[in-house]
Amino acid sequence: MSTSPVSAVESVIAARKAAGSGALVGYLPVGFPDLRTSIEAAVALAENGVDVIELGLPYSDPVMDGPVIQAATLTALNAGFRLQHGFEAIAEITARTDVPVLLMTYWNPVVQYGVDRFADDLVAAGGAGLITPDLIPDEAREWLDASSRTDLDRVFLAAPSSNHARLEQAIELSRGFVYAVSTMGITGTRKDVDSAAKTLVARLREAGATSACVGLGISSPEQVREVLQYADGAIVGSVLVEALATGGVAAVAATAARLAAGTIH
Amino acid sequence: MALRDELGPYFGEYGGRFVPESLIAALDELDAAYTAAKTDPVFQEELAELHRTYTGRPSLITEVPRFAAHAGGARILLKREDLNHTGSHKINNVLGQALLARRLGKTRLIAETGAGQHGVATATAAALFGMECVVYMGEVDTERQALNVARMRLLGAEVVPVTAGSRTLKDAINEALRDWVANVDNTHYLLGTVAGPHPFPVMVRDFHRIIGEEARAQVLELTGKLPDAVTACVGGGSNAMGIFHAFLDDPEVALYGYEAAGDGHLTERHAATITRGRPGVLHGTRTYLLQNEDGQTAESHSISAGLDYPGVGPEHSWLNDIGRATYLPITDDEAMAAMRLLSMTEGIIPAIETAHALAGTMKLGLELGPDAVILVNLSGRGDKDMETAGKYFDILDTAALTAEAEEEFAMRASETGNHA
Repeated sequence: MSTSPVSAVESVIAARKAAGSGALVGYLPVGFPDLRTSIEAAVALAENGVDVIELGLPYSDPVMDGPVIQAATLTALNAGFRLQHGFEAIAEITARTDVPVLLMTYWNPVVQYGVDRFADDLVAAGGAGLITPDLIPDEAREWLDASSRTDLDRVFLAAPSSNHARLEQAIELSRGFVYAVSTMGITGTRKDVDSAAKTLVARLREAGATSACVGLGISSPEQVREVLQYADGAIVGSVLVEALATGGVAAVAATAARLAAGTIH
Repeated sequence: MALRDELGPYFGEYGGRFVPESLIAALDELDAAYTAAKTDPVFQEELAELHRTYTGRPSLITEVPRFAAHAGGARILLKREDLNHTGSHKINNVLGQALLARRLGKTRLIAETGAGQHGVATATAAALFGMECVVYMGEVDTERQALNVARMRLLGAEVVPVTAGSRTLKDAINEALRDWVANVDNTHYLLGTVAGPHPFPVMVRDFHRIIGEEARAQVLELTGKLPDAVTACVGGGSNAMGIFHAFLDDPEVALYGYEAAGDGHLTERHAATITRGRPGVLHGTRTYLLQNEDGQTAESHSISAGLDYPGVGPEHSWLNDIGRATYLPITDDEAMAAMRLLSMTEGIIPAIETAHALAGTMKLGLELGPDAVILVNLSGRGDKDMETAGKYFDILDTAALTAEAEEEFAMRASETGNHA
């Protein structure tokens, strides 16, 4: 993993680890249920124990997402969400909190905006980097160049089905953390976190990973605690989106605080 | 290098693999199995035997002089993929991939479908091989292709109406990809067109190459020379790639792909991806797309469910850019007029998808004149479209219909001006 200059995301995760625990990464889509509320909800995450904000950019064909996040991002798009709104939201969130903000985006919006222009505008807005669910390192040359030039984090995915060479590649080219996909599937709440997650993190460690966060299917403080026993961070999404959809910003704040309890022994 | 030798994963700047990491192992496994099968005589013989005894290959070519009289008198030859078992070219690819899936030990086939032709073909192969089958179909399409839904269910497949997004083919592909990510251990995603991540575009093309290879030899035998032009409809573009491929390195043969222009390619309601789109990434591949400024996929529109797709296979994008093939828009009305004309002049009812190729061929024939020989991929039969066609045409007496079809076509042709 590249080390210079230091990634804010990596530093936050390392600090939580050094304190004997791990980081809580909280996902919410920008523009849902509307732009203003999504900004308030993201700030509420930061104020209630979330260490890294993962802001999802609405996209018309989100193949990695389950029904909850699909419905939320479709709502945002139908309400007129534009990419520019994403940068505006990041600028306001990062003005109000020191918690680093990663943007989770499918690849085509970045391609159409222009990879370099996207990177420059993300830096200008105070964003920390990108999580790219449908961009594998093999296809990422332009993004590798742009992120190296701008010192943005780039989070690639590692899956239970990835072979050793692909894990090594994801570790080497990621900055911030490697996103360990807990299960062969898509986003959504699950009763149990797949045991495949533990095995995957162990394989990532063996391949040299020092910053690995587990995502997909984590929705309770107990699951956060369980994951942090072997991983450096736990990523939570759908349960926060559900809270926002049903109970607004107050429910997001309460849910985040409840999940954050899982990061404390 | 010969154009025919392109093996992917890239065709110029198009193609690749833009998918979640979870799918890479499955794509690698598929690629390896396919690469091995290509040179494995046992596999090739299994597929050839199925084509002889089940598909009904080789398919005929039929000359259609009464239809051609409305197309400038050019000599028009139809490659009769509509006569294949299940009624379209789709079975060529489905049997190939189903054999591969069996080799890989997969017991479950999933597929997306628009018109239902690919879904029916996949359900057929699943029945033949004793595999479980789930077909994802946009809810809009299950309504306009109700007969094919019944066919798939009769064949033992589960048909899942997709209610996400625009509820058409693109959303069915999203849902199939989500299923595949979650069930990749026992499931093969039997993608039905020359799109998607590598190796699908090259593999699906290769399973359809037999269309062009047979047709090239058949035309040579019948006419003593290669055709002046080869035409096909293009949604994702599998039947077009299948018939184009054998002619890619015959520069004297012009290649024309006809896209669905819906209400008109200059309106907002069309599916003319190459005519109106620009390069981007969708469903695992870099290719021309219909999209807004932000890269959000646009909703496409076509009377034919099988062409109602905002993307296109990456090899077509490349053939367009290098000028080897020409892609032109055909409206709903032009296609329906051609559907009626072929039915009434030759007793062959084409699928509405295929009718786009026929409408384009009529314009091309007028342009090339009576000395030209045009080979058309008659990719599918129209039985599945009787509900749409019945609503579209109402019922008039035969003479009026023929006169109207001719009049309508003449009017369309004069409205849209020159062919190219």
